[in-house]
Amino acid sequence: MRHIISLLLENEPGALSRVVGLFSQRNYNIESLTVAPTEDPTLSRLTLTTVGHDETIEQITKNLNKLIEVVKLVNLSEGSHIERELLLVKVKAAGAQRDEVKRTTDIFRGQIVDVTSSVYTIQLAGTSEKLDSFIQAIGATSILEVVRSGVTGISRGDKALSI
Amino acid sequence: MELLSGAEMVVRFLRDEGVKYIYGYPGGALLHIYDALFKEKAVTHILVRHEQSATHMADGYARATGKAGVVLVTSGPGATNAITGIATAYMDSIPMVILSGQVGSNMIGSDAFQEVDMVGISRPIVKHSFMIKHPCEIPEVMKKAFYLAESGRPGPVVVDIPKDMTSPTEKFEYVYPKKVKLRSYNPAVRGHSGQIRKAAEMLLAAKRPILYAGGGVIMGNGAAQLTELARTLNLPVTNTLMGLGGFPGSDRQFLGMLGMHGSYTANLAMHHSDVILAVGARFDDRVINGAKRFCPNAKIIHIDIDPASISKMIKADVPIVGPVDSVLTEMVAILKEIGEKPAAEAQANWWKQIEEWRTSQGGLFPYDKGDGSIIKPQTVIETLYEVTRGDAFITSDVGQHQMFAAQYYLYDKPNRWINSGGLGTMGFGLPAAMGVKLNFPDVDVACVTGEGSIQMNIQELSTCLQYDLPVKIVTLNNQALGMVRQWQDMQYNSRYSHSYMESLPDFVKVAEAYGHAGMRITRLADLKPMMEEAFAMKDRLVFLDIQVDTSEHVYPMQIKDGSMREMWLSKTERT
Repeated sequence: MRHIISLLLENEPGALSRVVGLFSQRNYNIESLTVAPTEDPTLSRLTLTTVGHDETIEQITKNLNKLIEVVKLVNLSEGSHIERELLLVKVKAAGAQRDEVKRTTDIFRGQIVDVTSSVYTIQLAGTSEKLDSFIQAIGATSILEVVRSGVTGISRGDKALSI
Repeated sequence: MELLSGAEMVVRFLRDEGVKYIYGYPGGALLHIYDALFKEKAVTHILVRHEQSATHMADGYARATGKAGVVLVTSGPGATNAITGIATAYMDSIPMVILSGQVGSNMIGSDAFQEVDMVGISRPIVKHSFMIKHPCEIPEVMKKAFYLAESGRPGPVVVDIPKDMTSPTEKFEYVYPKKVKLRSYNPAVRGHSGQIRKAAEMLLAAKRPILYAGGGVIMGNGAAQLTELARTLNLPVTNTLMGLGGFPGSDRQFLGMLGMHGSYTANLAMHHSDVILAVGARFDDRVINGAKRFCPNAKIIHIDIDPASISKMIKADVPIVGPVDSVLTEMVAILKEIGEKPAAEAQANWWKQIEEWRTSQGGLFPYDKGDGSIIKPQTVIETLYEVTRGDAFITSDVGQHQMFAAQYYLYDKPNRWINSGGLGTMGFGLPAAMGVKLNFPDVDVACVTGEGSIQMNIQELSTCLQYDLPVKIVTLNNQALGMVRQWQDMQYNSRYSHSYMESLPDFVKVAEAYGHAGMRITRLADLKPMMEEAFAMKDRLVFLDIQVDTSEHVYPMQIKDGSMREMWLSKTERT
């Protein structure tokens, strides 16, 4: 099963390499990874998605917690949560295609953020699944370039990952 | 408040931390620190002949005392030479602080002379690592390094020190930090009482319980508590390779080591048990044999300081995260409070069964003593046990001799058996013995080794002379890489691919060349008297080159992927 694990990390050089190194060292998968400083400049928030059996996920969270620089950790998939990923995609848009691309973008509630005579650059946020569907709807033949931010997320309700 | 240079801070901190000996090798990046060391009388530096030995010396000290050993190595090759020793300590959870020199901070990343990314290279084999960014940080970072190394599940910690951080001309205020705190590091200080009670009740109700204890009992100072619990419940006890000495080896309740080369009795008792109390052990692949067939009827209680060790290989039914000493103390207290004893009949039946297993084999580790024309390696260890009255520190290298030393020397005290269990590092034994002898000059220290392993760090004979370290080197010389050859016998139709040691040196002459005494023993009749003579030479290092049976195998040997009870008992018999 796919899990979204989110952690607060000491914002120190080398901290990220310990997290990434742990995954390769112990033969775990990382599907996506995002990291940025938080409102507290001493902390970074890191979110990663991984796939594995329950026992593997348990070991992943235990070993992440063992890293000295990991301050706090939550497996967002264990509770209700909001998941978002940002997609930027460059699409061929000439002639009749222009309207079609625009319509599809509207349906998915995306935004066209850059325009040339032959290309639209579209921005779309949502779950990874939604982004996949959008890419499928646009069609591989008209896509020039895709960039995805990787998944980030936050738990619903009062629960918060903070120190 | 004093003003000190970074180099002086490093040395002063070591003094304030109570460090008596450090083990190392100088080099360009460390020269400021070595100059500061020159002026400090309270901290003695031991100059090894290869940095790997510095780590093993520190490791030997740490295993004998539970305190962090300190290593000082220079940048580049000094640091990389230390890697094997750091990995050795990491695999066995041994506290160690490694201070490595680094090129100047303005040169980092430029492929400078003797530059290597030590923090990067050591990352997967350390508990944590630091790089000094400003000389002011040195005392606090070093305190954190010691705290991390020694607390929780211990392990090695690297502190990488760029040369400019130790500049003698830049001085800063120095205060010894008595305590440090890390917001993200809070090892458990006690176990969950509810879980401990549940475990106690399970043990009382068990019909065929067994106590399986590992190195965590030694490093967690839990041997006395473990023994008390075993006595309270009259439990049979088995130790892992790392756990030997955690329960008295000569005790009737002790079934010997378990696992790949464990005793028939211990492995059968594990297989047939209904409750396993695992303490400070990690269900290593060399212990459990085939995970799928492991102890089919057993409920598992697992006590460990490291939550990641629990349910890693084998699912625990009652996990207890906490320091073994406090958890075991609490468990004994709860048992007293409950006031019940295990059912007498079930217990009598279980012990009767165990004794049947034990006597059916003629003891825990029976072996064919032969006609006395050649020396059996097992006999050497039994003789060593007699000659040292079971009271020596025994270090070992890796291979058949290591298993014989684990099987035939009965360790009654913790911290006395010192070997590289997890990483299996050949070359560990001699420097580890040196680290022990330096700190325990009045106790016999023997390194049990083979003619293969000893040659991996034999240059340390020179260090032994320099610092007067009269260890006894007990070499089981079978003229082959015995364990490799055993596997080749069993699995490769005796095709001895590169397991034969050709051109062995004359070890007696080697020892003498380094200024020590050497003895070659070829006849069984000479074994005990010559060994006694060697141990009587209290102030000399004696290298015993003992010519043993070249075809002996270590038994029992579990059959790959089978259950605990499936093993070879000799070259021809199996269970």
